[in-house]
Amino acid sequence: MMTKEKRQILIFLFFAAAVLTTPFFLKGSYFLNVFVFIGINTMLAVALNLLLGYAGQISLGHAAFFGLGAYCSGILTTQFSIDPWLAMMLAGFCAMGLAFVIGFPILKLKGHYLAMATLGFGIILYIIFNETVGWTGGPSGLSGIPNLHIGSIHFDNDWNTYYLIWIFTLGVMLLSINLSQSRIGRALRAIHDSEVAARVMGVNARLLKVQIFTVSALLSAVAGSLYAHTMTFISPVAFGFNFSVELVTMVIIGGLGSIYGSFLGAAILTMLPELLRVFQDFDIVIYGLMLILITMYLPGGLISGLETVARMVMSRIRGKQIDA
Amino acid sequence: MLRLNGITKQFGGLTALEDVSISVAQGSITGIIGPNGAGKTTLFNIVSGLYTQTSGQVYLGETNISLFAPEKLAGLGLVRTFQNVELFGQMTVLENAMVGLHTRSHSGIFSCAFKLPGQIREEKTIMEKALKWLDFTGLADCADLTACNLPFGKGRLLEISRALAVEPRIILMDEPAAGLNSRETVELASLIRRIKELGITVLLVEHDMELVMDICESIIVLNLGKKLAYGTPREIQENPAVISAYLGEG
Repeated sequence: MMTKEKRQILIFLFFAAAVLTTPFFLKGSYFLNVFVFIGINTMLAVALNLLLGYAGQISLGHAAFFGLGAYCSGILTTQFSIDPWLAMMLAGFCAMGLAFVIGFPILKLKGHYLAMATLGFGIILYIIFNETVGWTGGPSGLSGIPNLHIGSIHFDNDWNTYYLIWIFTLGVMLLSINLSQSRIGRALRAIHDSEVAARVMGVNARLLKVQIFTVSALLSAVAGSLYAHTMTFISPVAFGFNFSVELVTMVIIGGLGSIYGSFLGAAILTMLPELLRVFQDFDIVIYGLMLILITMYLPGGLISGLETVARMVMSRIRGKQIDA
Repeated sequence: MLRLNGITKQFGGLTALEDVSISVAQGSITGIIGPNGAGKTTLFNIVSGLYTQTSGQVYLGETNISLFAPEKLAGLGLVRTFQNVELFGQMTVLENAMVGLHTRSHSGIFSCAFKLPGQIREEKTIMEKALKWLDFTGLADCADLTACNLPFGKGRLLEISRALAVEPRIILMDEPAAGLNSRETVELASLIRRIKELGITVLLVEHDMELVMDICESIIVLNLGKKLAYGTPREIQENPAVISAYLGEG
């Protein structure tokens, strides 16, 4: 029997290998592009999952941190000619700073009140993206954002963009998996299950919630910066309330408290609109239906369903071996 | 060890505790008894930092901990269990005990995310110590179970293991025998004695008189928010004021 730790390393390596070889099996740039979006959305879903799935704190404004990262990068590179990598770092710091400052008052709230506060925060930033036309270009967007580059390699075609995004995504996933299995991850889940007991055990719940909110904002902003440098054009619609809700949906559909679940949720919600084109505006109804069905019948998300199936198959195989 | 000085707690117009002064000797097992509504749990909530008293001070050793938050008290070696068993239900038994070692470990978010060597070493120590405490309470076999699937009695034991993992100087137990059957209560009594042998001071609120009289060296009686009596089990049993509080006057 393999130790738990070894099995987890194997699963991650297998996942990474699958992701990194996928482009060889995809025909045409359309699918590569879809996978680039899956990567970005996975990063965002993982970031939100740290807060929502582990610490149990809702945020209905996470698209704002994504937008903040994108706009910081966009503005710094187009208007101040700052190097894109440096701009990404500054975007990260900016989001961290903001999250830290608003985290203390906001995360004192619980349940619906926290949902409302984060919702308000998201809407405020959305309005700022729209109204500060001089900086952000307002509703018509900000264009001409440079691609990232390392030396002479410019990340401007489908292939190397795919690898750029997915190396970041795999990194974010690995760090989050590590975090979730450490004393910090346990403390977060403890807060989720019983905040009082966690505090009595010496977990500084208030500070830790703010810290994980800050980390989550940082990761979201990095995803936003990557998005800006990949798309080279950004506009506020991508960072509005709808997208915040979509992120929460990804996390819940995939599985609260599961990093691979976040990938699954992100993959499904990224591909679904493509598949649901025939339903036009009714796709939102299908999202809603999915969310209802999954919370009712698979509260652990699709990943828990997959795990159950895998376990059944495995025990079936083992059973057969014993029979033979 | 633990000293309460004139603790008063008012909830609006209701006085739950009135001028209660208590001192708990180092290394002792002390019981707090009293009829329902006497203020026992309120007292625990004040000492463990969940409530703030209206007036009075709490001292742990020489430190005035009157206004300390619960998370700070754990680091100073004061920990408690709950009447209604507050486990981390979705985590495994082992993970529950590992949370107890939170204050005895220090890796931050950065070193945890990047799995720095120090963090890996610390994680190993945390796991070993947590297993040791599960072994101490007899839960080692259940280490991989999800905590919410534990039967009630074992949940109680897990709460105690988790509290012990904090490596406390004093442990407050809120009705540890409530809901246990007679065999489990006997086992609990011997567990509490073994905890005392580790040099940990035990303060418990309990309704099970047989257990209290059996294991406690001294007993505090609360009635209607006031301290009614303090003494050895024998003295308490013979105290006329206590008898009338329990049986009604006349």
